[in-house]
Amino acid sequence: MSATGINWFKYSSPQAFHPLAGRMIPWFAAAAAGLIVVGLYVGFFVAPTDVTQGDAYRIIFVHVPAAWMSMFLYVIMAVWAGIGLGLNARPSFMMAQAIAPTGAMFTFLALFTGSMWGKPTWGAWWVWDARLTSELILLFQYIGIILLRSSIDDLRRADRASAVLALVGVINVPIIYFSVKWWNTLHQGASVSITAAPSMAGSMVTAMLVMMVGFWMYSIAVTLARVRCVIVERERQPSWGKQTSIPDVAEAR
Amino acid sequence: MSQPSLSEALRGVVRRDLLLAMRHRSDVAMSVFFVVIVASLFPLGVGPEPAVLRMIASGVLWVTALLACLLSLGRLFTADYLDGVLEQTLLIPQPLGVLVVGKVFSHWVISGLPVVLLSPLLGLQFGLSGESLWVLTLSLLLGTPTLSMIGAIGAALTLGLRGSGLLVALLVLPLFIPVLIFGAGAVTNSLAGIGSEANLSLLGACFLFSLTFAPWATAVALRIALE
Amino acid sequence: MQWGSLAEFFAMGGYGLYVWTSFGATALCMGGEVLAVWRRSAAAAESLDES
Repeated sequence: MSATGINWFKYSSPQAFHPLAGRMIPWFAAAAAGLIVVGLYVGFFVAPTDVTQGDAYRIIFVHVPAAWMSMFLYVIMAVWAGIGLGLNARPSFMMAQAIAPTGAMFTFLALFTGSMWGKPTWGAWWVWDARLTSELILLFQYIGIILLRSSIDDLRRADRASAVLALVGVINVPIIYFSVKWWNTLHQGASVSITAAPSMAGSMVTAMLVMMVGFWMYSIAVTLARVRCVIVERERQPSWGKQTSIPDVAEAR
Repeated sequence: MSQPSLSEALRGVVRRDLLLAMRHRSDVAMSVFFVVIVASLFPLGVGPEPAVLRMIASGVLWVTALLACLLSLGRLFTADYLDGVLEQTLLIPQPLGVLVVGKVFSHWVISGLPVVLLSPLLGLQFGLSGESLWVLTLSLLLGTPTLSMIGAIGAALTLGLRGSGLLVALLVLPLFIPVLIFGAGAVTNSLAGIGSEANLSLLGACFLFSLTFAPWATAVALRIALE
Repeated sequence: MQWGSLAEFFAMGGYGLYVWTSFGATALCMGGEVLAVWRRSAAAAESLDES
């Protein structure tokens, strides 16, 4: 126990983490809303029309942030999984559990908006380019983790098995990316690269980055809200509900 | 009584599994017949045009071998799990990862090796010849044990779960994809006249990588499933 | 303002369908997720009150 600094282990019990998470949510939600509004404004009203792709390129203002979040969240989820396995800490597993659905959603959005972008730009609803294909496989990995957890009734086994799968999967992500890029160059004729982005004006980059951070704040807010639900669902005991947590729950609601 | 050495334990595991398999020789036959039947489905579906078949041969044969491995994973740990032998195996003082290698090896001898030995014949059916046949066999020789080792992780994670057959597939197929790409790519390159050394080296790297890490991950997964 | 009129804004240079479907899907997914978590949170809080 250090004399200076915060004792983080105080929050390693779900009961203590629940109100802390509750206090943090409004800040991240507000940041998310603000950033997304600014990002959309810059994206639609400041960024000019692109010379080659017309106004269709504006889809990148959601496509790229979604794709980035899908990969970032997977790594964070794997980090929580690793911490959970290493320290045998329930809240770590709960965080990993809370992140997965949001990560999967962004992966789906990245694929959907990627398809929407591809049709007018490249003429096809789906192209087997390295990035989209890797993203598709990432979606499979997310779904695998979610399904594995829901197939195991014993909470402890579910936590640890999905943690192992997340860690194995995170190692697979760069391997997949490399192998799919390899596969793409193998079949040159059939491939189209969606990654050849137009040279971007400053306002385009700004809008994209602002949206990216906005999505990040959103993810934190939603994950914290979800982990609170997970905590209540898993830790619920009659005596716990009647202590300090009920006022916190009422206040945070 | 002195403790058995690591290699003795390994040999013990392999001997036991192979002996048990000899009593159920149909298991070997199942993998072989599956691959033959499924490989035959593609010409039936796509048409017998030789040029087309030669083009899809590498992908079809590799996916078929991959599916055969996937379907056989259920047999890797289940029998031992059901009769309690697996729990005992966890208590053996030797590192569990090494014992896993033994089990996966025997499993591969039973379900993977026959596919490798059969692959030249299947390749001929698809119009492959000469060097590409050889590359096909070699790629499967390197690839199928890799698939078995990776698949063992999935088998261990889903041990005893209901609906584990489909679940294992969902978990393990994303992990199989790089091996598929390099394996089928080797044959495709060979057919195109480009060298297949790069792909085969990558396959070799995958094999070594999985040999190093997959048994350990499988051991962790087994302990999680059985505690 | 670079859009001459509201109609031009919605048309997005002819790509309106793709652009608005993308943003619409994004809004739907994110909004839907927020709603789902909200409802789950309400259910959780209710179950706490019951016990």
